[in-house]
Amino acid sequence: MFSLEGKRALVTGATGGLGGAIARKLHAAGAHVALSGTRAEKLESLAAELGDRAVITPANLSDGDAVDALPGQAADALGGSLDILIANAGITRDGLLMRMKQDDFDDVIKINLESYFRLAKACLRPMMKARSGRIIGITSVVGVTGNPGQTNYAASKAGMIGFSKALAQEVATRGITVNCIAPGFISSPMTDELNEAQRDATLARIPMGTLGTGDDIAHAALYLASDEANYVTGQTLHVNGGMAMI
Amino acid sequence: MSDVLARVKKMVVEHLDVEEEKVTGNAHFIDDLGADSLDNVELVMAFEEEFDIEIPDDAAEHIQTVGDAVKFISEKVG
Repeated sequence: MFSLEGKRALVTGATGGLGGAIARKLHAAGAHVALSGTRAEKLESLAAELGDRAVITPANLSDGDAVDALPGQAADALGGSLDILIANAGITRDGLLMRMKQDDFDDVIKINLESYFRLAKACLRPMMKARSGRIIGITSVVGVTGNPGQTNYAASKAGMIGFSKALAQEVATRGITVNCIAPGFISSPMTDELNEAQRDATLARIPMGTLGTGDDIAHAALYLASDEANYVTGQTLHVNGGMAMI
Repeated sequence: MSDVLARVKKMVVEHLDVEEEKVTGNAHFIDDLGADSLDNVELVMAFEEEFDIEIPDDAAEHIQTVGDAVKFISEKVG
């Protein structure tokens, strides 16, 4: 079940906790993976850990031309067109709107939402020709529920969901599915730094009483990327321990 | 012109998986050849690639039949 044998996948933000977990999971299922991120040495160590069937394609997602070119570079490095896009890279520039700078808004929209548009667009032609493809955007629970201090981030993540639903309808007849995964609170170096009170307050909002892990998200990505999910499109799969039931 | 027509016909036959005799100059991509709007976009992009030309969106909207495509491409490639 859930074999990705022979499939080629691009994972952006592969140096992060989620991206790394997703790349490992897809690779373990047999996929050839192109790892993208800004920090080449971290990508190299992940590629070395994975061994065969892993290449690195560093890119700066704030550079539109570089984003447009990335799927083609990944396909070249993998020796064939992409079957799976995992648009995972994202940034936060948190702050209350009263104090938010224009750049904080623009940067978040550009990296989180605009790069999703560019990557998906660049992947479409070969996927249309192949009559199959998987486009998966990693969004966030806050794109649906909102979160104070994250107007920019929530807008970008809600934007990814709307974009995916529209694109899913455009390409459904071509065997291409477009879905999002919306993680809730996931254990990361950032959440490790929460103090006990913050941690308790966070956990109190999660019926399961624990933070999620990168693997929890990676399993969802593996499912949506698999042939078994071929009738699932335009959906947002919430993986959040029950903190928002939508 | 005839060369363009032959190449366009071949591409349409392949892309839309239709019989060659159906692909006449008057054949309408959507009404006669079973294309959907996405097929039209794909065909226009394929023409651009094959003939190394640019087909602007407003022109692409008017390419509804095989003849429209041949006429537009012939004018572009001279």
